[in-house]
Amino acid sequence: MISAEQIREHVLHARPDAGLELISNLCPSCQDSLLVAAEDAVEVARLLRDDPELRLDYCSNVTGVDWPERPVRTPPGSAPAGQRMRAEVAARPGCFEVVYHLFSMSLKHGPVVLRMRTENRSDRVRLPSLTPIWHSAEFQEREVFDLYGIRFDGHPDLRRLLMWEEFEGHPMRKDYLPPAEDDVREPFAAARNRMVQ
Amino acid sequence: MRLVEPEGFGANGVGGGDGDERLLELSMGPQHPSTHGVFRMNVVLDGETVVRLQPVFGYLHRNHEKIAESQSYLASIPYTDRLDYFCSLSNNWAYVRAVETLAGIPVPERAEYIRVILAELTRLQNHTVFLGFLLGDMGGWGTALMYAFRQREEILDLFEALTGSRMMCNYMRFGGCRCELPSGWMEQARAVVAGYPAFLDEMEQLLVENEILVARTQGVGVVSAEKAVNAGLTGPILRAAGVDYDIRKVDRYGIYDRFSYRVPLGEHGDTYDRMMIRLLEMRESLKILQQAMADLPEGPILHSDVQVRNLCPPEGEAYCRVEAPKGELGFYLISDNTARPYRYRIRPPSLINLTLLEEMSLGMKIADVMVILGSIDIVLGEVDR
Repeated sequence: MISAEQIREHVLHARPDAGLELISNLCPSCQDSLLVAAEDAVEVARLLRDDPELRLDYCSNVTGVDWPERPVRTPPGSAPAGQRMRAEVAARPGCFEVVYHLFSMSLKHGPVVLRMRTENRSDRVRLPSLTPIWHSAEFQEREVFDLYGIRFDGHPDLRRLLMWEEFEGHPMRKDYLPPAEDDVREPFAAARNRMVQ
Repeated sequence: MRLVEPEGFGANGVGGGDGDERLLELSMGPQHPSTHGVFRMNVVLDGETVVRLQPVFGYLHRNHEKIAESQSYLASIPYTDRLDYFCSLSNNWAYVRAVETLAGIPVPERAEYIRVILAELTRLQNHTVFLGFLLGDMGGWGTALMYAFRQREEILDLFEALTGSRMMCNYMRFGGCRCELPSGWMEQARAVVAGYPAFLDEMEQLLVENEILVARTQGVGVVSAEKAVNAGLTGPILRAAGVDYDIRKVDRYGIYDRFSYRVPLGEHGDTYDRMMIRLLEMRESLKILQQAMADLPEGPILHSDVQVRNLCPPEGEAYCRVEAPKGELGFYLISDNTARPYRYRIRPPSLINLTLLEEMSLGMKIADVMVILGSIDIVLGEVDR
């Protein structure tokens, strides 16, 4: 089992200028993750997949996480053990995160957790798509686009996956408000009216 | 249904230019006896041959993840039953294991054994019904399915005796299981397991050398090992392509390292291999069941120190997966040390196993598409969540 820190060093050895940051996870699962800069993500992903020592050929899980802007509750450093993550989260401005869980089917190790962050939650929500590296990300990135509104550059077919095309908004965002009850009763009213006309 | 001009669909050299070269765009589903639920495919046909296929999802979407993020950890366990509603116990296990990993909750040994027994019984009945439905998709509607249902019902009787429900079992809890085995349950379970090989022999005899079945499945919907890995296929359809990857062996979760069993692998990655893999896996599951039932220890079934209600795991995150009958079922949880998960994500094997559906179907006949879809084994409760 290779640790996230070892993978980080391995990648930095091959690509010294890649933006790669270790995010530690202090809960009992001990699954640390690597935060990769958006502009380096495709290159780093290809390296992770093709490197003979890593061979992370299988991208299992892709998902989004919403981190809205939050006031700082505990100053970083003074948080008790196990609470450091909240201090980090609270101290930074809001963003969306995309999390990839990678495994190696040929070498049978993993998970390696790869994360990317958008610059904010409003107008700068583009991230590079990793579908060209791992085909398994295709539907899952579509789902993240659908439910979180993150746009993936380089995705071959970026459409909504679960909600219908006419749907407005992104329901998994923490600040999403469900529509009024009248609209819920007739979710396809707009589409039907258009057909009648 | 509508006719479309061939431009853009690459129908080179088809037809004689008198109008017959037009392609047919067909919307299959969401109401279709062989789409296994409300699943739709937009298929473009050149005669009977598939030239393009686009799956359409979402008809059963209820945003399970959003609902789970608004309630306690415990309250989501019954909801996981409704993901892959054939395999509620596997879903329970995947979820409680994720919470146990997140919060560091130990599980008593007896509960681990019961979980293995229930997970393998679930695999048995899932694969049994799979064979029945697949035969139905090939046109043998009814007979094979009834044989399969009759056999499955014996296992569902066991589930009902133990949990109170045939399919929505809601049985596992953080740190163990909900209730003790009722008296006589183990004897009944042993009898079911002992009677299973005879059913498998019968089914195998019906299937393996049947000329029609061989013609309908061999060489149909072939997937290479390399593409299967890259597209994230998991479970029996990955192993049918020859990739040795079974999470029970790789992660050795629970107590699977104590049992002796083999992982069957296919050679061709076609529909026939995907079907036979299930038959072979059932025989291996029976081996695990016999060993687990023989070794089942006495003891508590729920860890006594665990706060099942209002559980507040420490801050952090965990991704945890099990080998569900349909593939890798994973749960990804982020806790912010409150009683509700900050992020609750399901990695659904049924959805991701459909990634290569178009590639498997291209160049095949429209009737083969149903067989290929059937051989992937999806449940829409899990695809759409």
